[in-house]
Amino acid sequence: MISLEQLTKVYGHGEQRTVVLDRLDFSVDAGEIFAVVGPSGAGKSTLAQCVNLLERPTSGSVLVNGENLSRLTEKQLRVARRRIGTIFQSDGLYSRRTAAQNVALPLEYLGVTAAETRARTAELLDRVGLATKAGHYPHQLSGGQRQRVGIARALALRPSVLLSDEATSGLDPDSTRSIVALLKELRDDLGLSILFITHEMDTVLQVADSVARLDHGRIVESGRIVELLRDPASGLGRALRPARSHERAAADATEWFVSYTSATVPADWLTRLADRLGVTVSLLGASIETVDGATVGHASIGVVGADHEHLIAAARSLGLDARPAQAEQAAQAEILERVA
Amino acid sequence: MSILTIPSKNVPIDQIPALVFPALLDTLLMVGIVMVIVVLVGIPLGALVHNLAPGGLFENPALHSTISWIVSIGRSLPFLILMASIVPFTRFITGTNIGIAAAVVPMSIAGIAFFTRIVENSLRGVPPTLVRVAKASGASPLQIIRTAQLSEALPSIIGGLTINTIAMIEYSAIAGTIGAGGIGYVAVTYGYQRFDNTVMLATIVILVATVASVQLLGDRLVRLTTPHAQTRAPRASRREASLV
Ligand SMILES: Nc1ncnc2c1ncn2[C@@H]1O[C@H](COP(=O)(O)OP(=O)(O)OP(=O)(O)O)[C@@H](O)[C@H]1O
Ligand SMILES: [Mg+2]
Repeated sequence: MISLEQLTKVYGHGEQRTVVLDRLDFSVDAGEIFAVVGPSGAGKSTLAQCVNLLERPTSGSVLVNGENLSRLTEKQLRVARRRIGTIFQSDGLYSRRTAAQNVALPLEYLGVTAAETRARTAELLDRVGLATKAGHYPHQLSGGQRQRVGIARALALRPSVLLSDEATSGLDPDSTRSIVALLKELRDDLGLSILFITHEMDTVLQVADSVARLDHGRIVESGRIVELLRDPASGLGRALRPARSHERAAADATEWFVSYTSATVPADWLTRLADRLGVTVSLLGASIETVDGATVGHASIGVVGADHEHLIAAARSLGLDARPAQAEQAAQAEILERVA
Repeated sequence: MSILTIPSKNVPIDQIPALVFPALLDTLLMVGIVMVIVVLVGIPLGALVHNLAPGGLFENPALHSTISWIVSIGRSLPFLILMASIVPFTRFITGTNIGIAAAVVPMSIAGIAFFTRIVENSLRGVPPTLVRVAKASGASPLQIIRTAQLSEALPSIIGGLTINTIAMIEYSAIAGTIGAGGIGYVAVTYGYQRFDNTVMLATIVILVATVASVQLLGDRLVRLTTPHAQTRAPRASRREASLV
C-alpha cells in the first residue's frame, strides 16, 4: 500500500523555482491498480521518482506499507526499496546482459547465492512468459518482450508495490494489451499495489481501478473508473470514453448524447425511451461495455420532435443522462486537449 | 656539428634483427608497465571525476573542478615538456633519470591524464536511466559504478584504451630520445643521428606493425564485449552470402 501525504517537490531556487508536485494526497490500496494521467510536463515521472525516493520530496511524506520513506537515510532506503518494484519507460535493460542476467540484477545486489538466483530468475522469466528467451540480449528482444524482462526484474525481490512509469508507451496495441493483462494477473496473484503512470486513456480503461489526473503538479480530478464513467459531469469520465465517429442524424431530427449513470439501465432503454416520449428515436452510434463487471456506456441518438425537458426527464428515469450532442462534442474536445 | 662528424657506418642488414627486436621488447615492456598503471589508476579516477560532476553519485562541484583541473594540466602539456619538467620527481621515485624505469613515470602521468578523460567520456555515454534502475534495484554506490556504469561502458572504454595504448607507443619513442631505450631510441640514434636509412625503415615497419596489431586487438575486444556487434556481423554476412 502506498500513501502520499502532502507530497511536494520543488526544483530550483529563486527565479527558477518550479513547484512540480504540489501537496499531493492519495493512496493506493493493496491489490489496487491506480492510474495517474496528465499532459507532458505535469509531473508524472517526478511523482514516480518521489515514490521510490530516487528524488527526495521537498516536503510531505511517502508511506509504503506504513513506513515513512522520506525519513530514511540512503542506506535504509536501499533496504526499503526492496519492497518497491519499478518498471521503467525505456525498459532500462543493461545492453551487455542477457534477459536472465538483467532479471538477476536486484538479487545480485542483495548478495543472493548463485544457485538461488538461477532458480528465482528462471521462475520469474517463466512468470512473464519468456522462459525460452533467458539467454537473449535486449537487442534480440521485441519492445514488448523487453518490457516483460523489466517487469520480471521489478518482481525479483518480491515487492508489495509496483511503480510503472509509461511502461506501455511506444508499444503496439497487442503488446500493450498483453502487458496490461500480465500486470492485472500479477496484481490478482500477488496482491500488489500498482501505481500506473501513463498518458494513454484507453490503457487506463483496460488496466486501472482508479485514476487521477495530474495537471501542473496538482491532482485536479480522481476517482474510481466506473464512477467517473457514470458521472456525465466528469472530465476524466469523458476523456476515458473512446470518442468514435457515428452516423449523422436525419435532417429533421436533433442529435443527443446519452450516457449510463446508474447500474440499472434496462437493456431495452432505446425502445422504452421512444415509447415514453411517443416519438421516433434512432440509434446513431453506441458503445456499451462492462468495466470490472459493471455496465457502462454511451450512445448518440437522433430524436424527431421531442420536448427537451421531457426527453431529459425520461432519460433520467431510465438511469441515463441526455444532453444535446453539440454541447457534448465541445466539452469532449476541450478535455482531450487537457488530458493528453 | 657533432652529428655530421660521425661517419655514416650503416648496420649490415643481417644484424638489424638483433638490434631491433630487443628494442621492440623494451618498448613493449615500457608500454605494458605504463598501461597497467594507467588502467589501475585511470579507471577509478575517471569514475570518480564522472560521479563528482553535477548529476553524479557523489556530486561535489569544488572537488570535481579541482581534480578536473589537475587532469587538464596533465593533458595539456606536450609530452616532451612534461617529461623534462618532472625529472626531479622521476629521480626521486626511481633513483635515476634515464632508462625504462625513468620513462615509465612521465608516461604514466600523461597516460593517466589521457585515460581519465577517456573513462569519463565513456561513462557519460551510458544512459542515465541505468543508474536509476540500479538504485531502484537496491544497489550500493560501488555496485552502481561497477554494474551500471563501467560494465555498460566497457566496449567504449576498451576502444579508448586502444587509442591510449597507441599514444603511449608514440610517447615511448619520444622517451627514447632521452635514453629510455626501445624502438624510439634505435630510430633516433641509428636512423636520425647516423643517417642509417635501413635501420630507420626497419623501425618504421616495426612501429606500424605494432600499432596495427594493437588496433586490431582492440577492435576485436570491442566487438567481443558488444553483444549487438557480435550477432549483427554474422547476420549481415549471411545476407550478403545469400545475395551472391
Ligand atoms: N531535475 C529537474 N530539474 C528541474 N526541473 C525538472 C527536473 N526534472 C523535471 N523537471 C520539471 O518538472 C516538470 C515535470 O516533469 P516530469 O518529467 O515529471 O513530467 P511528466 O509528467 O513525466 O511528462 P512526460 O509525460 O513528458 O513524461 C517539467 O516541467 C520539468 O521541466
Ligand atoms: Mg514522464
